[in-house]
Amino acid sequence: MKTTLSREAVVRLCERVEGAQTRAYAIPKLTDEYPSMTMADGYAIQTELRKRFIEQGHKLIGWKAGLTSRAKMKQMGVDQPSIGFLTDKMARPENSVISTADLVHPRVECEIAFVTREKLVGPGCTAEDVLQATDYVLPAIEVIDSRFSGFKFDLESVVADNGSSARFVGGGRPRYVDELDLPTIGAVLEKNGEIVEMGAAAAVMDHPAAAVAMLVNILADMGEELPAGSFVMSGGITAAVAVSPGDHVIARFQELGSISVRFGE
Amino acid sequence: MDKDLINSLGDELYSAFLTRSTITPFTERDLDITLEQAYQIQQRFIARRLEAGETVVGKKIGVTSKPVQQFLGVYQPDFGILTSDMLIAGDNVIDLDGLIQPKAEAELAFVLKEDLNGPGITAMDVIRATDYVVPCFEIVDSRITDWKIKIQDTVADNASCGVYVLGDVQGDPRKLDLTLAGMVLHKNGELYSTSVGAAVQGSPANAVAWLANTLGELGIPFKAGEVILSGSQSELVAVQHGDELECNVGGLGRCKVKFSGRSAV
Repeated sequence: MKTTLSREAVVRLCERVEGAQTRAYAIPKLTDEYPSMTMADGYAIQTELRKRFIEQGHKLIGWKAGLTSRAKMKQMGVDQPSIGFLTDKMARPENSVISTADLVHPRVECEIAFVTREKLVGPGCTAEDVLQATDYVLPAIEVIDSRFSGFKFDLESVVADNGSSARFVGGGRPRYVDELDLPTIGAVLEKNGEIVEMGAAAAVMDHPAAAVAMLVNILADMGEELPAGSFVMSGGITAAVAVSPGDHVIARFQELGSISVRFGE
Repeated sequence: MDKDLINSLGDELYSAFLTRSTITPFTERDLDITLEQAYQIQQRFIARRLEAGETVVGKKIGVTSKPVQQFLGVYQPDFGILTSDMLIAGDNVIDLDGLIQPKAEAELAFVLKEDLNGPGITAMDVIRATDYVVPCFEIVDSRITDWKIKIQDTVADNASCGVYVLGDVQGDPRKLDLTLAGMVLHKNGELYSTSVGAAVQGSPANAVAWLANTLGELGIPFKAGEVILSGSQSELVAVQHGDELECNVGGLGRCKVKFSGRSAV
């Protein structure tokens, strides 16, 4: 897919997204102004954002796949997940209180995350390659936050907004992948003591490692590889659940333990 | 409602079962049936099947998920009786011509090694008294026209039980996480849905404990060797000739079922 935006437009839209992310306000979706914006344009803006954050001293620690369930891809009319980058500034520890004052529309998802011990290079990366290169897997809660007003949503704008990435929490119990049957791992998301979402990891492209392989192949399209030691979230097993100050969220996983976080002002 | 009316309604269901036809819902007939009367009608329906030579082999639990409870406006499960002709063994091929308006549900079945005499039974007793658990499909069916059921209709109609198949893997519940075990359902090789044991009353063992206590109050025996279908962990799946379903339970294994004959209603 080709880019259509000028360098000046990419920089301007990146600044708009950066402002919305760092000062927590909603903006109109970018396609309102650039209706013919492509996915490649979205990734060009996201890449610009990543460079800016790294220049400001943020450390790139990994990536996340989004829109990895077939139902969600079908709903959006796309045949590939979107990806976004993760930095140390987005990480929050388990059993902590996550501030919502610096978020716009926070929602949580439970996911299986991979930590790699070898680099992964696309194109042609397979789920098997991902499993071979994996150090361990662990559960994660992702806090996504769309910066676009009124939940007006299109894939190009979301990709520019770094796949709605905001915060993430890795925790629970690390495991070797060869000791698990990843697709049948069950997960329950509880909010304030009540089960709000349930599913099994196969909801993510039949196998979470397949989502990581697709992520590596998208990186290859952008001329990038996934270095050893990366932290990669494979995409929400369940639908995203809105959270507000005072909410207590627990994600419980078969074989992988649980992660607990609270949300504050 | 007198005994004669209860018997005649039970006979009506038995006749519909024999002739593969459907009847007007009892709840649309100005009868004002209570839940207790509905179970008495069920007993008559089953008594007719036993008179014809079948035996009681177990129980099924229904209305165990939140969405179904909300749909029926009933906040507890129901149960039906499994009789000997309901088990489809061998190649797990279901002949649709033998059913009226079948739909499939993926579940976990318990097989008891000790009697469970309620009331006073807890989930811990259920684990203790369970010989093994096995993934299974229940093919629900309704003798009520177009599945237009209220809770009294489905209870009278033996909890809409049709037939069932059991997988060939057996698991020790002491070695499984019944609450968090994932349930992955494929239809004709494609992912259909995912869920988790907690979808059934918080845990399938809770549903079996509820059944033991309910049967105890009603004076209905619950014996070693019985099979208990603990409640659906999937959406209802419409099936037709040629369809193949496979469910896979985390830490346990698979059950497969195929359908032949005419298309389902």
